[in-house]
Amino acid sequence: MKYLDEFRDRATAEALIDEIGALAERIDAAARRPIQLMEVCGGHTHAIFRYGIGDLLPKRIELVHGPGCPVCVLPMGRIDDCVAIAERPEVVLATFGDAMRVPGSRKSLLQAKADGADVRTVYSPMDALALARRLPERQVVFFALGFETTMPATALTILEAARDGIENFSVFCNHVTIVPTIKAILDSPDLQIDGFLGPGHVSMVIGTAPYDFIARHYRKPLVVAGFEPLDVLQSIWMVLRQILDGRAEVENQYARVVREGGNRAALEAITTVYELREFFEWRGLGSIDHSGIRIRVSFARFDAERRFAVPGARIADPQACQCGEVLKGVIKPWQCKLFGSACTPQDPIGALMVSSEGACAAYYQYGGAGSPEDRP
Amino acid sequence: MSRITVPTVTLAHGGGGKAMKDLIDDVFVAAFDNALLAPLDDQARIALSALASHGDRLAFATDAFVVDPVFFPGGDIGTLAVCGTVNDLAVGGAVPLHLACAVIIEEGVAIETLRRVADSMAASARAAGVTIIAGDTKVVPKGACDKLFVTTTGIGVIRSGLELGAQLARPGDVVLVNGMLGDHGAAVLMARGDLALDAPIASDCAPLHGLIAGLLAAAPGTRFMRDATRGGVATVLNEIALAARVGVEIDEARTPLRETVRSMCEILGLDPLYLANEGKLVAVVPAPQADGALAALRGHALGADAAIIGRITDGPPGRVTMRTIVGGRRVVDMLVGEQLPRIC
Repeated sequence: MKYLDEFRDRATAEALIDEIGALAERIDAAARRPIQLMEVCGGHTHAIFRYGIGDLLPKRIELVHGPGCPVCVLPMGRIDDCVAIAERPEVVLATFGDAMRVPGSRKSLLQAKADGADVRTVYSPMDALALARRLPERQVVFFALGFETTMPATALTILEAARDGIENFSVFCNHVTIVPTIKAILDSPDLQIDGFLGPGHVSMVIGTAPYDFIARHYRKPLVVAGFEPLDVLQSIWMVLRQILDGRAEVENQYARVVREGGNRAALEAITTVYELREFFEWRGLGSIDHSGIRIRVSFARFDAERRFAVPGARIADPQACQCGEVLKGVIKPWQCKLFGSACTPQDPIGALMVSSEGACAAYYQYGGAGSPEDRP
Repeated sequence: MSRITVPTVTLAHGGGGKAMKDLIDDVFVAAFDNALLAPLDDQARIALSALASHGDRLAFATDAFVVDPVFFPGGDIGTLAVCGTVNDLAVGGAVPLHLACAVIIEEGVAIETLRRVADSMAASARAAGVTIIAGDTKVVPKGACDKLFVTTTGIGVIRSGLELGAQLARPGDVVLVNGMLGDHGAAVLMARGDLALDAPIASDCAPLHGLIAGLLAAAPGTRFMRDATRGGVATVLNEIALAARVGVEIDEARTPLRETVRSMCEILGLDPLYLANEGKLVAVVPAPQADGALAALRGHALGADAAIIGRITDGPPGRVTMRTIVGGRRVVDMLVGEQLPRIC
């Protein structure tokens, strides 16, 4: 494919891997500690597994798969609320496919659909709005989730619904914002991360400036990375280079897409439609201040939480589940007591086993469920 | 026989009376027309001697088809229903001979739709060298099925001495496919029209008996074949690895993929290895016969893009791995449930 294949060139990849190996050798050899790099975005996690990148890196480099899978981090209580909305007879619930299998405390949306709820898969919030226009006698609710990547599309859909006076459309808003979450991870006392691969698609919207505190305050290097194998490898090389030089800066490897100031139109749509919640519950990480957003009062009629009374119960994560420790890089997915036995992609307990972008599901699917020796 | 004049199927066409007889005669029997069907008894009768002339074992297979939409670029539910069962027989090494078909029709379906599907079935049967010799129709109320469900059952005969099985794969054997992967899945997904995408992708739906005959002649030691339908090539490879207690390693750079399918998968976050095919098979062949097998496949119209995509290894039993285009290695596992596009 034009403009893609050049980012998947094997010879270039091999040359980069050699250089990464050479850099890793030179970094603080005395410490003999693994170098832990966290990719924040689930898209990177997927690319790393899809292309077997972990397998190519020197053993000393450990990739920690961060909280960037928006499906995985949804707490059970929110799924329960969504199921409750979907089970109302007047409602058509429109959702992305990934969200269908996320377990709630009672059931997933897939089970709710089998039990008779009208749940439909869409590919964009605009599809959901089109559904509302087509079914004027029904209440169409879009299950919105994702980081800043998907926020603008939901916001623009709400703006269009407002402009056209669509009365039977609303949004169950579960959008979350990445920066407070990275901060929560950095504040964690058991943190071992040496550097970050920053999320490429999120940064396309918010730009690179919001990460400055990571370099300034926490003295950790961050490189905003693209999603092709060579993007990931080059970004790893750039982080290592910073570590070796003793620098902690925000660098942009994905400059072909990401601008320093982000995308102004997208940011404008976001601030018009949403405001920050005081706190939001994350599966595996607990409650994080200012990490969720909700729909502003001026757009209240498009807010499904206001339109339909939702139970809003807080459901604790399953006790034995160690998603939080995996997210922070304290343990590897297969070191969790439940991995591959009680918790599998067919029957997930922990959030990270749910979507193909979740670290545990990716290990399970692409890394196999055998012994730790043959992990990627 | 009186010709049907009403435009749509009603429950009367399933009532067992004259309307039903007209529907069967005018639509199905007229299209399938052959000597074994002609008596229109409750069963078709086949001389054992006629079967025995082809070999020493009967192959027997059935498959149900519920595709949505009924018509898609490259085929329809009729071509699918014939090719699917023909291929299930043929990959077992059988010469496919006869099919029976059962059709469940939702009331309100246009008679014209049925005619098109019956004509497709007849044309595919001719292409596959089989006859449709028995059948049944049922009409159900609106909503009890979605337009049209078709089930076909087929018999074929396996020649003496031919033994195929997934459990026969041995380390060192070579894994081949007969062409571009994922076309059918991509075409149907596209034809559903709920993606804001438009790409000229046609289903690869085709009967593979001729291609298989050529392959078996060129590579008589062939261990195993399977058509890579639902679950795609990845699923077949996993079935081989499990059945033979071997490893399978494939090379991403050598898997044949159409540019349009590759692009569609990129956009939707799908893995083409799991997309359905309806005219593609995976074959496991001993290494010394691999070149001959490849030449035989490429020499057939349905195998022009055939490729050796990997080999059987003594790696961890049951494990399928892929050398990725950048040189990494990853596991290719069975799919969990339906393949769903990722969201970001």
